[in-house]
Amino acid sequence: MKTKFATMAVAAVMAAAPAMADLVFPSLSYRTGPYAAGGIPFADGYADYFTLLNERDGGIGGVPTRLLECETGYNTEKGVECYESTKGEGALVYQPLSTGITYQLIPKTTADNIPMHTMGYGRTSAANGKVFSHTFNYPGTYWNGASGAVNYLLAENGGDLKGHKIALVYHNSAYGKEPIRTLEELQKKHGFELSLMPVDHPGQEQKSQWLQIRREKPDTVLMWGWGVMNQVAIQEAANIRFPMENFIGIWWSGAEHDVLSAGAKANGYKALTFHNVGRDFPIFDDIQKHVVDTGKAAGAGDQIGNVLYNRGMYAAMLAAEAAKTAQEIHGVADINAGQMRDGMEALSITEEKMAALGMPNFGPSFDVSCENHGGPGLVGVTQWDADSQTWSLISDFAETDQEVIGALIAEDSNAYASENNIEMGCK
Amino acid sequence: MFYREAGDFKKTYSADNQTFPIKIDRVGYYLALVVAFLVIPFVINDYWANAILLPFLIYSIAAIGLNILVGYCGQVSLGTGGFMAVGAYACYKLMTSFPEVNIFFHVILSGGITGLVCVLFGLPSLRIKGFYLAVATLAAQFFLVWLFNRVPWFYNYSASGQINAPERMVFGIPVTGPNTESWATYLFCLVFLVLSALIARNLTRGMAGRKWMAIRDMDIAAEIIGVNPLKAKISAFAVSGFFVGISGALFFALYLGAVEVGEAFGITKSFLVLFMIIIGGLGSIFGSFAGAAFLVLLPVVLKVVGVDMLGWPTDIVAHLQLVIVGGLIIMFLILEPHGLAQLWRVAKQKLRLWPFPH
Repeated sequence: MKTKFATMAVAAVMAAAPAMADLVFPSLSYRTGPYAAGGIPFADGYADYFTLLNERDGGIGGVPTRLLECETGYNTEKGVECYESTKGEGALVYQPLSTGITYQLIPKTTADNIPMHTMGYGRTSAANGKVFSHTFNYPGTYWNGASGAVNYLLAENGGDLKGHKIALVYHNSAYGKEPIRTLEELQKKHGFELSLMPVDHPGQEQKSQWLQIRREKPDTVLMWGWGVMNQVAIQEAANIRFPMENFIGIWWSGAEHDVLSAGAKANGYKALTFHNVGRDFPIFDDIQKHVVDTGKAAGAGDQIGNVLYNRGMYAAMLAAEAAKTAQEIHGVADINAGQMRDGMEALSITEEKMAALGMPNFGPSFDVSCENHGGPGLVGVTQWDADSQTWSLISDFAETDQEVIGALIAEDSNAYASENNIEMGCK
Repeated sequence: MFYREAGDFKKTYSADNQTFPIKIDRVGYYLALVVAFLVIPFVINDYWANAILLPFLIYSIAAIGLNILVGYCGQVSLGTGGFMAVGAYACYKLMTSFPEVNIFFHVILSGGITGLVCVLFGLPSLRIKGFYLAVATLAAQFFLVWLFNRVPWFYNYSASGQINAPERMVFGIPVTGPNTESWATYLFCLVFLVLSALIARNLTRGMAGRKWMAIRDMDIAAEIIGVNPLKAKISAFAVSGFFVGISGALFFALYLGAVEVGEAFGITKSFLVLFMIIIGGLGSIFGSFAGAAFLVLLPVVLKVVGVDMLGWPTDIVAHLQLVIVGGLIIMFLILEPHGLAQLWRVAKQKLRLWPFPH
């Protein structure tokens, strides 16, 4: 035991060798375990964008970026270990890509003055920047997603959902439970019938849920799934011949690997999104030239252009833009985590900015403010075409029901604030 | 030559029966305590506390608890994760219902509550043994996790089903919540570990422990010589549950701070703690420590060596880690079925004779 401690000490010292003047972006990724299928493309996209910035522009504002990858396996204990081992290296922003780890890190990052960006996941009420000073979830939250799905159904059904039956198949965890409250509120407002079907981790066993769906014959099935659960659900839906166009997943349930295994039967499956899909963006030429052709692509390099790769790249782009904003605000190139937070809070994404980055019309234009960390919450719908094996956007990025969501966010965040004696910021 | 009993005269019965009869062991033990209490708190940082020492301390308590049940009393249990969850949720309910009571008592009370629950699920042990009992405790594991996911009262009706530890103080110093100092959480867990180990050590070498071991070695013979199997088995479940509950409470309140029952206290947790005592050594308090240290440290060491020093991709290291841990477990079971504790015992025996074995 003692020798082990000694080796540990030596290793820790060597690992903590200081690296000067770079912008550190930790990537708490998971390339192993039941959620790896989603974790790999996201981590690759996140890494490749920073590699591109280093190769093409020499970093952000002249300071090279350094990506610290740490494998969490979607496991909260390893997440803690990763957080502690990377924060000492000057980590600027954390993106854990796990709602469980997010819940754990919200108080910790706040105490350590490091911002966290949970893009389209995590704790929805963190959109209230008055309470959650260091947590950001722009450009959209789960509750936007729930409302976006209902709005889409409203539009499809001529604005009336009375008597419409909706079944929610969800991962039985903090992640999957997020939309329930919003859906229940919307149920009161629009009069549809909601039934809840939890699926336990990791989600390979869903026979009983789909048997129930076959019996109850809901008009629409919504899904909050992740990892292997998505593939299984889509396969099960195909098995009971549930019409795929009435099956809508959240943005974490709509990537290529989720639908490919069901083959042609998955044709027409829909998923929500908050950013654009596909490879038709000039930035991919740059990635091909500076990252792939130079042999610096992350992972196996086979994920480029996938939905989750794009999302990882989008997350990296938002982080890099926030770093640029922070550099402008504070007038220093080598920013620290506290300055990064200010940059995220002052982040403004416009169509011109995205076009200049080679990502025209990739996501919504939005401004983050001290009060609103959640962005505009615009939700689009994508559909899978099994013949050409592509996702395509079939609706515009539409507004969601901010009235219902805003009230819920205020309620939940205020409860959190009073539980933890947090004073309201943004005065 | 140095490591021997000779010259160390015992004049009283209690001196003869002490835990560390050899002077060098005794000195080492006191030295370890001094280092743990007086040196480490001053040099500790967040990484060491949260990545290595806290999990080691907390898993050691869990391993001690499970070792009492499996190692000393011979009742195989696969419900450790579920029982840790009981401790965690009991602690959460107590912390939020009685915020004015000191967290120290909450942790002890959660241990007590877990002990009761453990007794309840231990009742079948009076009729079934071995594999069948393991299956019965497996039922406890799944039932408890399902219960904490299903009944909103346990997580105070929060939207996400997560439980979050609010800030609680000991002597005006926060030990739970985000604003804790690493030395405070470390010391808090250390106190519990030292107390647990002392209690466990003294229980297992006293009357209670002898009864448990009699039941373990042959229950019919034990019954014939006057050991009441009902009392022995139930008390083992109660004591084991108490320690496991304490570890669950600490795991939630001090280490993770926010917990989701299916993820943190799933079946993998039960297996992890079981592997700890198998690798460490069944029926040995030292083995509980050694097993916990082994399984907490090994992944961290492998990660530091593979990713930080050799610069390998993280996924390859994560996969290698599974391979290496699995290989080591098999190797241990073949080479030393009695675990690290037995290795230690053999080493000590050899040291006594060194350098003249014959």
